[in-house]
Amino acid sequence: MFIKENILLAIAGLKSNKMRSLLTMLGIIIGIASVIGVVSVGNAMTSSVNSQMASMGATNITVNVQEKSATSTTSKNNTSGNNSSGNSQGGNKGTQAGGSSQSGNKTQSGVSSQGGNKGTQSGGGIPGIGGPTGGGRDFGGGRQGKSSSTAKDIDLMTMNQINTLQENFSDEISSISINESDVSGKVKSETSFANINTVGTNVGYQDVKNIEMQEGRYLAQNDVDEVKNVAVVSDKLVSKIFGNTDPIGQDIKVYTSNAIFTYTVVGVYTYKTSGNSRTTSDDNLTTDLYVPITVSKKTATNKNYQTFTIKPKDGVDVQAFTTELSTYLSNLYAKNDKFEAAASNMESMLESRTTMMNTVSLAISGIAGISLLVGGIGVMNIMLVSVTERTREIGTRKALGAKSSHIKMQFIVESIIICTIGGILGILLGLGLGTMGAKAMGFVNTVSPLVIIISFTFSMFIGVFFGYYPAKKAAELDPIEALRYE
Amino acid sequence: MSNNIIEMKNIIKSFYIGTPNELNILKGIDITVKEGEFVSIIGTSGSGKSTLMNIIGALDRPTSGKYVLDGTNIDEISDNGLSEVRNKQIGFVFQTYNLIPRSSALKNVELPMLYYGMNKKDRRQRAEELLELVGMKDRMSHQPNELSGGQKQRVAIARALVNDPSIILADEPTGALDSATGRMVMDLFHKIHEEEGKTIVLITHNNELADETQRIITLRDGNIISVADNEKYYRRFREEEKICL
Repeated sequence: MFIKENILLAIAGLKSNKMRSLLTMLGIIIGIASVIGVVSVGNAMTSSVNSQMASMGATNITVNVQEKSATSTTSKNNTSGNNSSGNSQGGNKGTQAGGSSQSGNKTQSGVSSQGGNKGTQSGGGIPGIGGPTGGGRDFGGGRQGKSSSTAKDIDLMTMNQINTLQENFSDEISSISINESDVSGKVKSETSFANINTVGTNVGYQDVKNIEMQEGRYLAQNDVDEVKNVAVVSDKLVSKIFGNTDPIGQDIKVYTSNAIFTYTVVGVYTYKTSGNSRTTSDDNLTTDLYVPITVSKKTATNKNYQTFTIKPKDGVDVQAFTTELSTYLSNLYAKNDKFEAAASNMESMLESRTTMMNTVSLAISGIAGISLLVGGIGVMNIMLVSVTERTREIGTRKALGAKSSHIKMQFIVESIIICTIGGILGILLGLGLGTMGAKAMGFVNTVSPLVIIISFTFSMFIGVFFGYYPAKKAAELDPIEALRYE
Repeated sequence: MSNNIIEMKNIIKSFYIGTPNELNILKGIDITVKEGEFVSIIGTSGSGKSTLMNIIGALDRPTSGKYVLDGTNIDEISDNGLSEVRNKQIGFVFQTYNLIPRSSALKNVELPMLYYGMNKKDRRQRAEELLELVGMKDRMSHQPNELSGGQKQRVAIARALVNDPSIILADEPTGALDSATGRMVMDLFHKIHEEEGKTIVLITHNNELADETQRIITLRDGNIISVADNEKYYRRFREEEKICL
């Protein structure tokens, strides 16, 4: 029953000394605000990166047909791979080339993780383009100088093999995406143009790459089977080329450096930024134009497939499944001296990113923790001052029959109130800062209620912890001395 | 025996015990106060008056001797026990009022009942009753810094009475007041004594105030040098009776 009285008393006390109360709370406010701010920005970053990675297919498994590696080619691979990132949009090496050898993988993803991101987005399709050059550019620059070892059709995987693989692992595989990045070019209308990159895809591509349709439909199996000249375009392209008219069923002309292709638009997908494309303005944005893979194969040198992506079903252990696939594929390529098909995934990269971000969060939280400690000491200091100031009041209370426990409770409650109000203000400030910070960095702010509850509880705990000593001091005051205190 | 509120036998209070500068403040005090008495303890400063008051008020324990307050043996109980004794059996009135700052008069009067463990409704009712008695009901929501000295002391007297204590222990209650206000406060004590039948112990160095009480205990150097029934008191009382009649 004293609790309520004590709370009212403490609030009255704080009100009568507003400036001091605020300054006392400031330490707690800043501490809690920085914890909330850091955690919420960290959460926003992590979840945004995670969802980006997931939408880019972090759990996807990439299968590559590549040269059986020797260490000498790996180092060369790295060098030229980095060089090519400068001029080719497909800086795909991060993930794709990573498969070329174990050691190469590590170095490369470390060096150019940016390129790796981009790579997955544009789908690693470049290999198929025009035979030797395209393949070489992508899969190990090492081979650029050794065209003799470029994969021939016979080394690559056939559609039948891929279908068989899908059937064999039907329990684990959700879908398989095959794509080939074809030529880049422009789509022109009377008034404007849009940069595009033609990507030949199969039906599974939509599922694997999480493509969201805005209008119309994605490519269907019969588009692929019947080699129809149809295309799925981005909403960005639609707004540039078609304006407000309905694009479905319209023909578009794609101008490349040496040819013009005509496609009928069957669907519009929602363009997603890949996180690293902030610098690209809408004007010269290059978006993907999806056509049936069989259409793009018409102009390709290789009729078979060098790479494809597998999306595992939910709940499948990606790491174990990758190992299983590797075994299956190495059996398939057992007789090939020069080439092998390797399965790899991005899990490890995702993990290291998360770990890094957690470490950063932890470090900043540690600093925030120190500021909370300092704030707590500030509270203790003021509580001690308050006890001294109110010595006479304490004496009076004791003379009127207050037990030591009553006095102790009164001061602990007061300290808790200071810290709790500070904590609440800190949470609000932290949420504000977190939202602003996340916005500034282009992330969506998500604060889990758990963090708020923990901070709130923690600030109360600070109140108890740093209020205890002053309260104990107050409770132990000798009533006679206290009553006489001037 | 049963109507003895205070029984003190050979109370000794020493400080710095066992050291060369051991100080004996009270050197064997025997006091008996009967129920309903209005007693004053006088003495110059340094006579041990305050120390005696602290012991009577259960704020301190004697070094030796026996003190029974309304049937409770004070030197046998714990610190928490002393708190309870102060809460239930003693009503303090201080020279400096000692009202809790930033608490209304009502809250101040309610405070001893809060420590007593009374419920809110009863507290409020009883506090209002007593503020009425001391004539402060219309000021009950005022804070101490909005009250005059005399008003503060009246609130303090209401607070002292609120748990219906065995004794009212008043330490120089008029010391900080001008004579007119002091008169009013003393009249209030007489009213409480006569109408409520309260036992009052008044500690003062002022002989004029002591003259208004029934019995005067004089202290010097830690000893009681005289205990005298006060003729003047009875005269005053009779005069008042006449007036009343």
